[in-house]
Amino acid sequence: MPEARKAILGQIRSAIGRDALADAAAAALDARRPTHTRIAFEDALVERFIARFTSRSGTVERVASLLDVPAAVEAYRQQHGLPARAAIARPLAGLPWPADFAHHPGPAGKDEVLSVTACLAAIAEMGSLMLASGPDSPTTLNFVPDHHLIVLHETQIVRHFEDAWAILRACPGGMPRATNIVSGPSRTGDIELTIQLGAHGPRSVHVILVR
Amino acid sequence: MKVSSPQFKEKSVIALADPRLRQALGQSRKGFVNKRAELVGELPEFEQLRDEARDLKNHVLDNLDHYLERYEAAVTAAGGHVHWARDAEEARSIILNICQRVNAKTITKGKSMVSEEIGLNEALEAKGYTVVETDLGEYIIQLAHEPPSHIIAPAIHKTKEQVSELFETAHGGPRKSTVADLVTEARLVLRDKYFQADVGITGGNFLVAETGSSIIVTNEGNGDLTQTLAKVHIVTSGIERIVPTLEDVALFLRILARSATGQETETYTTLSTGPRRPDDVDGPEEYHVVLVDNGRSKMLGGKFQDMLRCIRCGACMNHCPVYGAIGGHAYGWVYPGPMGAVLTPLFVGLDATYDLPNACTLNGRCESVCPVRIPLPELLRELRHMQYQQGIRPPGEQRALGAWRFVAERPRLYQFANRLAARVLKGLGGRTGRIGSLPFASAWTDSRDMPAPEGKTFLELWQAKPR
Ligand code: SF4
Repeated sequence: MPEARKAILGQIRSAIGRDALADAAAAALDARRPTHTRIAFEDALVERFIARFTSRSGTVERVASLLDVPAAVEAYRQQHGLPARAAIARPLAGLPWPADFAHHPGPAGKDEVLSVTACLAAIAEMGSLMLASGPDSPTTLNFVPDHHLIVLHETQIVRHFEDAWAILRACPGGMPRATNIVSGPSRTGDIELTIQLGAHGPRSVHVILVR
Repeated sequence: MKVSSPQFKEKSVIALADPRLRQALGQSRKGFVNKRAELVGELPEFEQLRDEARDLKNHVLDNLDHYLERYEAAVTAAGGHVHWARDAEEARSIILNICQRVNAKTITKGKSMVSEEIGLNEALEAKGYTVVETDLGEYIIQLAHEPPSHIIAPAIHKTKEQVSELFETAHGGPRKSTVADLVTEARLVLRDKYFQADVGITGGNFLVAETGSSIIVTNEGNGDLTQTLAKVHIVTSGIERIVPTLEDVALFLRILARSATGQETETYTTLSTGPRRPDDVDGPEEYHVVLVDNGRSKMLGGKFQDMLRCIRCGACMNHCPVYGAIGGHAYGWVYPGPMGAVLTPLFVGLDATYDLPNACTLNGRCESVCPVRIPLPELLRELRHMQYQQGIRPPGEQRALGAWRFVAERPRLYQFANRLAARVLKGLGGRTGRIGSLPFASAWTDSRDMPAPEGKTFLELWQAKPR
């Protein structure tokens, strides 16, 4: 609705009491890169990430190398009594998965119970993971299955949101369609403020942290 | 949404007389308040962050036209569509047109206060669409056919037992009695809906001018399932929700959850930038943003501009003694509590909302917790001043009579109001009088810490009398 657009912008300008910004003023605004106060902390990034992430019922397990991931996933699967089937994001498909383990790269369908994905980064300040959608990392893997296992390398942990934004800005295709910052399992407090995990998204988010 | 603010006093009486409401409100709000205090205490930077958030919002409002244009260009570059809506009707018709064009049947919805503001569900349902709220709280009140009573905890007024009843009726038995079982039941029911949905509608906590991204901040993951699985994703958001850059988003992410639910962060923060890309295997095929003005641009540059800084965190209502006593429904429109007492008169008119700015003790707790430092008490005082200037007076004898009739026709309420009145008046050393002069005007704001009941009504004395 072009008239609506014009009317709204016009009303805004008359309320502010000026015309559209001149080019120079607009360019100055576009060049603005604010530096807001960041949350200071002294702990090492890995420790901070683990402490904050697990404070919201996320779980973390540390392994020595990427090649240990299939065994960690298999142990998790057996511990939770899950079938030998998972949606595994393509970049991880080449790992030595057990022969009887059925896996596909997604998207995740309604009955998917387990997914294993990589991530773009982790942010230490509040203990969050950052995942980006793409052909090799469908968003449904992050939300549909009951159990979401995420492979994270220690070197992927950055300090603040601002550091994560730098990674986003460097993505080859520009901003990903969906960027999911995940800070634990799905939860709700909508019934009497009683926290209950697994409202709609994963009941369990388990990080396999590779040294 | 229909406005029932003129019935503020009547609704307050009902609220005060509802023990289940008081039980639900009491438990929940205490949780929010305590958790916020704890987290804020752990964060030495918090007050500084509030200053920066206030200043940033002011900067955005001073340059709102510019940032809106930049945002629109970025959304378009990412393959999305921006629609501008001057008012609620325009917003509804934009959304209805999209739904019609894509032949939608089922529409899922993440939580969005703007969608309540524009009365979207009623409009969609009137056209025969199946509309499913997927946020657990919103789902509960949708089943109860009620409006939200809190902006971030819409079903805060419901007890677990009431939710059990609603679910049993809606889903068929067996009746679930634990929170865990109730949540699981909703999870299973709604799971099918996400996969069926043609259109998924969400709100937008922030719109990023730099990247053209809309952001939702949630705990449940329902908004993400809604927007990922539907064929078309529609975002509804107020024009004031723009932030210039991702750096500015970081600032708000540091204060939003702490102020709102007393969490360090909500579970999910999702940035959506355009529709599914050519090689993507999931995600919506279309991505639309409806920018809703609906009176906001008129607040710019005036006495109430500060209100446009609101990030809808709910802290002001969590800390408001009046909201704590009567809950959100009495406010009669979409936005309750202190922020609602300012916004409702501005959006729907001073006349119909006389009581809202006056239902405030000016205790200042709301302002002291507002993350963007909105001077809520000052704005409420300003509204009172405007009412006075425009000759809008408290509802007179007519209203008093109306209120009396309303209460008198409901025997249990009448007895409660009488008991309340008797006690309050005893405390004040007065004499019992007409119901219309009771128990409000001055006494009702104190109802949270009512003096120990010593006064008895005639009926109570009669019933207690040994016979
Ligand atoms: S007025 Fe302030 S405290 Fe209230 S909802 Fe808005 S931002 Fe939060």
